[in-house]
Amino acid sequence: MSRLITRAEATAPFSRRGFLVASGAAGVAFGFSRVLAAIDPAVPGSVPASATGPQFEPTIWFGIDAAGIVTVNIIRAEMGQHVGTALARILADELEADWDKVRIVHVDSDPKWGLMVTGGSWSVWQTFPVFSQAGAAGRIALIEAGAKLMGANPANCTAKGGAVHAGGRSMSYGDIAKSGTVARQFTPDELKALPIKPVKERRLIGRETHGLDIDAKTNGTAVYGIDAKLPGMVYARPKLPPTRNGSKVVSVDDAAAKKVKGYLRYLVLDDPSDTVPGWVMVIATTYYAALKATDLLDVTWTPGPGADMSEQTLQDHARALVAKADGGILLDIADDDSTPNFTAAAASTIEQIYTTATVLHFQLEPLNALAFEKDGVFEIHTGNQWQSLILPTLAKALGVAETKVVLRSYLLGGGFGRRLNGDYTIPAALATKALGRPVKMIMTREDDARFDSVRSPSVQRLRMQFDGSGQIQAMEHHACAGWPTQVIAGPTLLAKTKKGGQYDPFAISGADHWYDVGHQQVRAVANDLANATFRPGWLRSVGPGWTNWALESFIDEAAHHTKIDPVAFRLKLLTGKGRNAGSAPNAVGGALRQAEVVRRVAEKAGWGAKRPADTGLGVATSFGQERDMPTWVACAAQIHVDRATGIVRVEKLTLVVDAGTIVDPDGALAQVQGGALWGLSMALHESTEFAAGQVKDTNLNTYTPLRIADVPQLDISFVESENVPVGLGEPATTVVGPAIGNAIYAATGIRLRHIPITPAAVLAALKAR
Amino acid sequence: MTSFTINGRAVTTDVEDDTPLLWVIRDHIGLTGTKFGCGIGMCGACTVHVGGRATRSCITPLASVEGAAITTIEGLDPAANHPLQQAWRALQVPQCGYCQSGQIMQAAAMLQDFPAPSDDEIDAVMTGSLCRCMTYVRIRAAIKQAAAEMGTKA
Repeated sequence: MSRLITRAEATAPFSRRGFLVASGAAGVAFGFSRVLAAIDPAVPGSVPASATGPQFEPTIWFGIDAAGIVTVNIIRAEMGQHVGTALARILADELEADWDKVRIVHVDSDPKWGLMVTGGSWSVWQTFPVFSQAGAAGRIALIEAGAKLMGANPANCTAKGGAVHAGGRSMSYGDIAKSGTVARQFTPDELKALPIKPVKERRLIGRETHGLDIDAKTNGTAVYGIDAKLPGMVYARPKLPPTRNGSKVVSVDDAAAKKVKGYLRYLVLDDPSDTVPGWVMVIATTYYAALKATDLLDVTWTPGPGADMSEQTLQDHARALVAKADGGILLDIADDDSTPNFTAAAASTIEQIYTTATVLHFQLEPLNALAFEKDGVFEIHTGNQWQSLILPTLAKALGVAETKVVLRSYLLGGGFGRRLNGDYTIPAALATKALGRPVKMIMTREDDARFDSVRSPSVQRLRMQFDGSGQIQAMEHHACAGWPTQVIAGPTLLAKTKKGGQYDPFAISGADHWYDVGHQQVRAVANDLANATFRPGWLRSVGPGWTNWALESFIDEAAHHTKIDPVAFRLKLLTGKGRNAGSAPNAVGGALRQAEVVRRVAEKAGWGAKRPADTGLGVATSFGQERDMPTWVACAAQIHVDRATGIVRVEKLTLVVDAGTIVDPDGALAQVQGGALWGLSMALHESTEFAAGQVKDTNLNTYTPLRIADVPQLDISFVESENVPVGLGEPATTVVGPAIGNAIYAATGIRLRHIPITPAAVLAALKAR
Repeated sequence: MTSFTINGRAVTTDVEDDTPLLWVIRDHIGLTGTKFGCGIGMCGACTVHVGGRATRSCITPLASVEGAAITTIEGLDPAANHPLQQAWRALQVPQCGYCQSGQIMQAAAMLQDFPAPSDDEIDAVMTGSLCRCMTYVRIRAAIKQAAAEMGTKA
């Protein structure tokens, strides 16, 4: 290791803060710093404070110590949603806790937490009932214990502000916990039966608050996976094989690498889990040495499948699959077992193909993991979104029981679904096992891009049949893409139809829409070439990212086909009847709630107003991620097309969202802002393509996500609601692309059916017109 | 041997001359608020001040900062209370937060050149800093809020 001489000059102004950082840095470098459990993102360095005195823990979800500090256990990953804040407020509200005394801890993997996954926009929706009841249990137990300690009748006691009150007397939760007399425990069944407060008595849910993770993210003290360190650790960078699957190492020559100061050795990974076939790890004393040595290492491989794969070949294959009448899986459409009959005499039929390009996650923190073995347990320190999925794979790779592997939680420098796939933990784990010392693997940006579980390119075919009066009689939606759930999570997590067909629900969701279209057929087709060439990923909004592009563009085309205004056309189809009536608890109101956001967005955006030349307004809507958990969203995009350059400038995006109860209003707004701009980025700014089995764009020199100068005016509002809180991380993503496409049509009469929409495509379409 | 100051503290190191300043700051000095994003100077996550100028530390060789005064996010303000940091907290700018050290350091340098930046000036300067969570609306608002605060005090 290189020597570092730090010389503090007595004369230099030395702030207290600077001193703290300096001593903290020394601790990190020479002490056994952050290897114990869990993180509190509100604390500099993320190390949770230890409890004071006896803790009262009525459920596994929280504890109250003698100082009255309520510590809420969060099993979700913090990747920008301020998720711990929202979840803790659900619990604290029901507990009648003093919010200033609430702390959150993002816990490490442990079987006791059950399924650990952060994705699908599920966190608030899934946690709301669990944390409400956990809070209620605590409140009930504290009232009972407080009443006993004060010699009062529990029936005459109330809880508020972190204390139990009886007549004029009160006792704080901390003092009750300190007494050590609260022993009440609740079984899962008892918890489920506990009543939840009426909405009007809520004190935290729906009120503005300050995200507990915010402050540490403004001063450099927030700790991400890439910041994890251990004494004696070595750095590693992978030398990536030519294909994602099936590559085999033929030979390795490290003669040139040996000249790099700090280079230690290379490792050809032996991976029983087959997660990283053909990987070679370069080990060095510093990361820069690992970077240089990896470039100089000469490896020869036998490539696996897909070494010559191009985007064109993948998409041509998908086109052929959606063109065929058979193959793939037909989804069960509720209340409709009949198949659309397009051979019957119809007044008119429309049919179109829509495509989307390959997209990178490009989460800003490149993939990384620190791994080591301690007392027979392998510890993996990294940010991760789906611990329960990767733990069995880690155990298989390491040849140990799952109980001998633990994932430690860190902040995620972006998730967006990339870190649902924990494949990046495997090489670090295998390397530490081989070397017998801590290994810190960091991927370069280019490594990260090549190893990405990209959003698969897609091809979709949509068809609609009308009778003589313009009524829709039938609709088909065929979608073909790589299936992330099939490839990464395996067959047990696929959805099943009544006829026994298995499909990736996340790759088709969105096509099973809430419009009344008569006979409806939705077919999910796996692109087997994509599945073999790369490992398709779940990327922010997953399937609806492509299905809603096709659906909402097509609905617009159908409106124009029938010469009906696109907003009026949608409202006509969103009747909330039959299979689209919705059901309690998650989809109360059904399609009528979708109609309402469409109506509101049209009004707010000035639908129908006259606009300058080459300027247009387009609308699109979505029910979010799943029919079982609909978040109703509508977007109006106002755009201008420059006919000389083909550049589409988005002037304004108006969004209206009905996500049921909003727990953290500012956090909800942030998610919709970010989601909508992701949608814009994928519609106009970013994409890559496969060439020779690899993504062509691996860094920002050619991969071009949205920047600040590209941001339009945003007008975002929420429907006030007491309905079940649903998801917010993804739904706004999927409405922006089709709203822009529809606006381009309104402005110029050209219809574009591929995203991203490039100036070249606009010019070509204008010329063809 | 390379000597420089970081956050007012003198440092001498024998790390190899061509090592990017980013890794010296993160791994050798131990200040991890400065982040690695792209490695080619195009995302801005690694932005620090060298002699008061916003500098991409991932493409700055160590040898080039001999004798320079370097400031990282940890040293921007003794109490982490620079008007930009205050505005960032008040408007709850960060989502994942990974780019925000770089955003704040870039914005702080910008405000020295443009104490009351226009939207065009913000676009021109801040477009080099990628935020993958797309917190751009709040970044812009926070810069303006901080600029107003600093202008009032000036």
